[in-house]
Amino acid sequence: MSKYLLNKFLFTVDRDPGLVERYREDPAGTVAWWEAEEAGRILNCVTLEKTTWLAFDDEERTALATHDYPKLFELGAHPFLTLTLFIAMFERDYDEPLGFQKEYARRLAHFSLPYPDIAT
Amino acid sequence: MAELVAVIASTHHPFYYRASTSTGEERPPFADEWVRKVEAFRETLTRARPDVLVMVGSDHFHQLWLDNMPQFLVGKAPVYDANWYNEEREFGLPRMRLHGQEDLSAHILREGIDAGFDLAFSNELRIDHSITCPIITLRPQADLPIVPIYTNIFAPPLPQPKRFVQLGRTIRELVKSWPSNQRVAVIGTGHLSLELGGPRQFGPHGPDPEFDRKAVEWISSGDIEGCLSEVTLDSLHAPGNATHGFMDFMLMMGVAGEGQKADYVDTYDLFHTMEAYFTWYPGGQR
Repeated sequence: MSKYLLNKFLFTVDRDPGLVERYREDPAGTVAWWEAEEAGRILNCVTLEKTTWLAFDDEERTALATHDYPKLFELGAHPFLTLTLFIAMFERDYDEPLGFQKEYARRLAHFSLPYPDIAT
Repeated sequence: MAELVAVIASTHHPFYYRASTSTGEERPPFADEWVRKVEAFRETLTRARPDVLVMVGSDHFHQLWLDNMPQFLVGKAPVYDANWYNEEREFGLPRMRLHGQEDLSAHILREGIDAGFDLAFSNELRIDHSITCPIITLRPQADLPIVPIYTNIFAPPLPQPKRFVQLGRTIRELVKSWPSNQRVAVIGTGHLSLELGGPRQFGPHGPDPEFDRKAVEWISSGDIEGCLSEVTLDSLHAPGNATHGFMDFMLMMGVAGEGQKADYVDTYDLFHTMEAYFTWYPGGQR
């Protein structure tokens, strides 16, 4: 299990306009490509210095590949990263202001305190 | 020595820029009153005639990341580019560029480290909305040099609340010991109760109005001891999952000083979160 790697996926996709669209349109393909090519990239290093051991477990991979943001919350992905990226992908599909944000809250309504631990 | 001419603590609301600049049907019903309150708050800084702004905020996973996460970081650079693609995308924030006051950055780093804070530093820092929001609300001409100070309220393990207060007290002493004749304002932004990415987000008001009421009382009366007696890293989960940003308010209470009543207090109950604005004049009311 790697909350860190979930967060790294959300972080690196969210900051790249092309990847935001790619993940919206093809979540499973984007996650597979990212895990194979990008998961081990140390962000402040040349690609030669790849990390060798980072990988998703099946539950994490499936949650990302199905845009399952309630599951990401349950797994302890950082809520700010998840929210920001999913707003970027899906806010446009709602007519009412904050429509997606309110739907997002409703879909998490079954969680109560304490929330899943987000420490990495 | 430099003079500490104003201490300002504020919420930072990234929607203010869009709300205040929108017109016609796009303009939300709460915008006019929000602008009025922000402009009155801005006057409390203008009146202090600062030359330099020390800006306390928190990077929201823009430049600082989990592979190398500092707890407290001071920027030391001649220029700071500001705002990020995802802040343009979500909030409509403009790209900005601010000048740095490197001499004060160097002083805070050297003397702060010697005072017991092992401060991280950055010579190439792109700052985010935790610092640009108060520039937009309080100094929209963005004409004064800054010293950015980032705190980690975001990626656990976090420093304890008392450490934020201690850093605030230290920043106050470091500003006052800066060998310069400049007038310095310290501005810090955080949150009252706030939920982001959880079930209580984007409600009709902040997720915990009772916490907000107590927080405003602690800050406006300078009740650091009372605040520290109730606020812990664990307790801050209860008012909302992003409420650890309140620790930046606690830092600013440390800058203002124990028992120091704020000279200016205002709040605005918005959807999603309560806005709160505080100004102290350490040298007396202006």
